[in-house]
Amino acid sequence: MSENKIYLYPVWVRIWHGLNALCILTLIITGINLQFSNPGFELINFNLAINLHNIAGILLSVNYLFFFFGNILSSNNKYYRLKMKGLFKKMTVQADYYTSGMFKDEPHPFPISEKRKFNPMQKVMYVVVMYIFVPGVIITGLALLFPETIIQEVYTVSGIFITAVFHASLGFLISIFLIDHLYVCTIGKHPLKNFKSMINGYHDLSEH
Amino acid sequence: MLKFKTRTSAFSFNSLDMRSSFQLLLIILFLAISPKSQAQEKALAPENDLCLKCHTHQTFTFHNNLTKKEDKRMMNPLYILDKNHFATGVHAKFKCTDCHSADYTTYPHNAELKLEPLSTCLDCHGGDAKYAAYQFEKIDEEFQKSVHFQKSGESFTCSKCHNQHYYQAKSRTSSEVGDIVSFSNDMCMSCHSNNTKFQLINDTLKPALATIHEWLPNQELHFKKVRCIECHTQVVDSLSVSHNILPKEKALKNCVECHSKNSMLEASLYKYKNIQSRSEQGKLNSIISNKSYVIGAYQNVWLNNLSILIFVLTMIGICIHLIARIIKK
Repeated sequence: MSENKIYLYPVWVRIWHGLNALCILTLIITGINLQFSNPGFELINFNLAINLHNIAGILLSVNYLFFFFGNILSSNNKYYRLKMKGLFKKMTVQADYYTSGMFKDEPHPFPISEKRKFNPMQKVMYVVVMYIFVPGVIITGLALLFPETIIQEVYTVSGIFITAVFHASLGFLISIFLIDHLYVCTIGKHPLKNFKSMINGYHDLSEH
Repeated sequence: MLKFKTRTSAFSFNSLDMRSSFQLLLIILFLAISPKSQAQEKALAPENDLCLKCHTHQTFTFHNNLTKKEDKRMMNPLYILDKNHFATGVHAKFKCTDCHSADYTTYPHNAELKLEPLSTCLDCHGGDAKYAAYQFEKIDEEFQKSVHFQKSGESFTCSKCHNQHYYQAKSRTSSEVGDIVSFSNDMCMSCHSNNTKFQLINDTLKPALATIHEWLPNQELHFKKVRCIECHTQVVDSLSVSHNILPKEKALKNCVECHSKNSMLEASLYKYKNIQSRSEQGKLNSIISNKSYVIGAYQNVWLNNLSILIFVLTMIGICIHLIARIIKK
């Protein structure tokens, strides 16, 4: 391999990421189908959508455990450790780069290295998504899969109702993250470079 | 004194003797000092006391003239009433003889009384202005189209589902949808999950409901949260509760009929607008206190609009950034 390339995405991360992407896409499509189902307009048959949503949800949950323990057992967890000191300032610098610096050919303020896989904005986003949104959607999803486990009423509101609204809202936020994630990945010299990296594991440093 | 013959022996009955009377007196005294029972006695017509002395117990005692002994026999389970349950029913204040022959007041009962036809529901409820809102004639008309009537004819009486002794007009009086659902489903289950009752009108064994409904996701939750009649009847807007039970082939098996914005449930289970007015929670609370969640049917306008706004802003941001990148290139 060229000296300009670093091996950034180990096999287990790529397998997890690919499976996660498949599950998330299935869950979003079937989720929209369930939330906005209508006799006159059905992308997927309701019953099939329910089954696909359940299967993809269970797969995603198992896959999440793979990610969670993989991160604990490997050195990959270092990329997810947030240092709160100066974090906001670093994020502002990165936001400035995305909104102005990159158009003036300024150097990347936080170039990718073996020690730094994510820029500060990415890091915060990934931590929030992977340690708040995804566990949240998994817990509420599993609860809805076994509705008898949900508290019947919280004051006067149905427990299932609260769980379902949380589940749909988190699912929506993950969908918005996915749109942003896919777009940000196209930023670089070539729009498909980052997608290739997620397949072969190598990141091309000559990009920066 | 009355006499009748059975296949095995001849008995002659006497009226309750002194010992039985003493036992009854003790029971009455016990009931009289129990505050709960006092409330019960108030709810039930006092004329029924004599009937309920026997018809609330598993056994009855009579003097067997042949053996000259007191005989204790099992009461036919179908003739045993639950006094507490009876007191909660719509007919709690009725005298037994309002529907049953007045000749039942003599004991032992004349066996031939069983041959007399009972009063039917429509004998009282039909053509009565007091019950106009219930539309009993329309109910009867719909019921005659139902699979129950089509298969069993006149022998399928109202009481097969609506036990006259315990019936409550739940869909009109309850402020809880769950309460309406369980009361309604218990009516169906009283036969469809009980072979003894099912075989009163059918020679076959009851269908295995769990197996038949295997296709239904979250079967248990559906059974708990919606009525069987939601899918198994033809909804008639003018009736509070649809009575045309459809043959199984015609039962609804299309999820989106309920799981959609214009959910069919709005026209059936949730059409009881009076439920909210009865709950006395005010308008705001009735919005917050959503006690049910139906995927697809629940679409909060605020959340929908907020999600559309977030989505549109995200897409606008991406488009502006993308255009800037293209121009810069």
